[in-house]
Amino acid sequence: MNIDQWLRENTFHYSSFWDFRHLVEAKEAQGLKISLCIPTLNEERTIGKEIVIFRSELMSRYPFLDEIAVIDSGSTDNTREVAASFGADVYLAEDILPEVGSKRGKGENLWKAIYQLQGDIIVYVDADIKNIHPRFAYGLVAPLVYRPEIKYVKAFYDRPLAFSQGIRPSGGGRVTEILVRPLFSLFFPELTAIIQPLSGEYAVRRDVLEAIPFPIGYGVETSHLIDVYSKWGMQAFGQTDLDQRVHRNQATRDLGKMSFGILQTFLNRTKALGLVPELPELNNIMRQFQVKDGHFEQIEHHIVEEERPPMLDIEAYRQKFK
Amino acid sequence: MTVSDLKQQLHSYREAAESMRDILLANVVMIGEIPAPTCYEDQRVQFIQNRFSECGLQNCSADEVGNGFGILNGSVGERNLLLVAHADTIFSDKVDHTISLLSDRIMGPGVGDNSLGVAVLASLPLLLERLDIQLKSNLILMAGARSLGSGNLEGLRFFLHNNKQPIAGALCVEGVKLGRLSYSSIGMLRGEISVRVPEMYDWSRFGASGAIITLNDIINKITRIPLPKRPKTSIVLGTIEGGNSFNNIATHSLLRFEIRSESAEVVHDILAEIRDRITETELESSAEIALDILARREPGGIDFRHPLVRQARDVLKALHIEPRVAPSTSELAELIRHDIPAITLGLTTGKKHMQQVEEVDIEPIFQGIAQLLGVLVAMDEGLCDEH
Repeated sequence: MNIDQWLRENTFHYSSFWDFRHLVEAKEAQGLKISLCIPTLNEERTIGKEIVIFRSELMSRYPFLDEIAVIDSGSTDNTREVAASFGADVYLAEDILPEVGSKRGKGENLWKAIYQLQGDIIVYVDADIKNIHPRFAYGLVAPLVYRPEIKYVKAFYDRPLAFSQGIRPSGGGRVTEILVRPLFSLFFPELTAIIQPLSGEYAVRRDVLEAIPFPIGYGVETSHLIDVYSKWGMQAFGQTDLDQRVHRNQATRDLGKMSFGILQTFLNRTKALGLVPELPELNNIMRQFQVKDGHFEQIEHHIVEEERPPMLDIEAYRQKFK
Repeated sequence: MTVSDLKQQLHSYREAAESMRDILLANVVMIGEIPAPTCYEDQRVQFIQNRFSECGLQNCSADEVGNGFGILNGSVGERNLLLVAHADTIFSDKVDHTISLLSDRIMGPGVGDNSLGVAVLASLPLLLERLDIQLKSNLILMAGARSLGSGNLEGLRFFLHNNKQPIAGALCVEGVKLGRLSYSSIGMLRGEISVRVPEMYDWSRFGASGAIITLNDIINKITRIPLPKRPKTSIVLGTIEGGNSFNNIATHSLLRFEIRSESAEVVHDILAEIRDRITETELESSAEIALDILARREPGGIDFRHPLVRQARDVLKALHIEPRVAPSTSELAELIRHDIPAITLGLTTGKKHMQQVEEVDIEPIFQGIAQLLGVLVAMDEGLCDEH
């Protein structure tokens, strides 16, 4: 499948799925269960709104979602209380599969959701979206409902404010354009067609989620793309334009840490796939610098991209679902 | 249905409203996040129309001034009742319209005035369906455009002027404050005084001091106008602006004010006084001073003993809501002018009214909706008609 063909056939705009009745009928005809998972850490200001919008529009009005779950990393604000008060199923990540222990990171919540939630499809939506709208869920799930061969749908956001000519650039954020897209161009050229590979919103079939490992930190999205691509090829992907996502902007320093984590994951994947010869032992300290009282001093960030195994390797999961 | 039957129903109305908590709150959020400054309400009205269409309402439409409508046909259909909530807010589309939702309250610009009122309007068809209530009267649901400030109720004015179906009674819905019971309108006049110093102004002239000082003179003169205690009268100096920078004498300034009185004659007299003061100041300063009248309301209303007011008081009492009787200068005034029996009801408690971080409380909303339904059903049953 070449990139142009894939872009033409597997790239969607959420507005093409406006017919909710038809979407629900198609979902029900296949007997699909759909779970929405919102990973959280101290999101009391935005979580209530997300839950209310999804419940109202995609549960009460149209029975599209079967489950709305918040998997929390141990918020110290009222995130869990607010989420529960608006009717979400709320879980503390460390309470899920306690026998495998607890690790800190968004990927941990996403991974544990596979065990905790019931859906044949799980759609992950971040909790910090200011302009939350039902499209963030149905826009990603709909391609999976209508196209059985698609297994993994990523979000991208492309809403030009004003543009006068026929061509304009489109793409992701700073880390995508400076790090991930160049790396994909070098090693996995087809994956460059995914416009925003790091977007935190995606919908995935359970048979894919249970079969891939989960880095628990910054590398989870990158590793997913490489693993799904390696196992099922480009035709397993879809991507949906959700127009615009308003969220907190991260400082460049934070993006540096993120890039460090992504690079670790990426290099480990290329090694595992035999794309590069043996790598030297990689450092896991990211150094940044600041000036204090006229002197430069270094700040060390210890960043280790730990990884959870495919959920199918977990005995308790196999007992529950197989 | 008797009055006591109706009171029995109020509890179930409240429960039904609570069962629709997510739908109602989602409507508040989604409506509140669509900017709707006066005269630019079209996107918000479109959203409401879509909601009406999804509920299968007939004649979902917008008219030429931008009002949005949905009509729930009654089982008899001989009478028409109107439920109106103004769709516009005082906030420009440059303001961040993000709404926040906590366990007990909703926060954001215009959330109480009047996103909540509009959201209840949009949720009402579904609520009536859940309660299995089919009204005998046709119910016209109207999201009013161009209501606030210089909009001067143009939306409702246009509708009432062009509407061919007689309206038997009307309810105006405002987000805050629960307990509000307005059945009369006070006389009101809203104006703008603008002071402009000509570019070729002779700064050596006596009294030459720029537009801000000149406006200050006018304000001092206005505050010296004697106001009667009866009929109750007040002058509100609402906003003031002017000048460009620290170190330049201001060449323009603007004052927005409102005269309120129970007597139309007093409003008229005070306006004449203000005109005199402006002329006097103009002669003293030779600045260009203009007075624009942006909105007027005539005093009037139905009586405290009118069956509609009495039923509303009974419904509030049955729900343990303390009534706060206060005259209105909003939609109610225009309905009164057209001799349509009408009242304004508030839906919940809140604070920071008309500020960018306005807050409304969630729990009382359900009580507010039960009250609204109670009065609506009483109107439909003819319990509010004068005999």
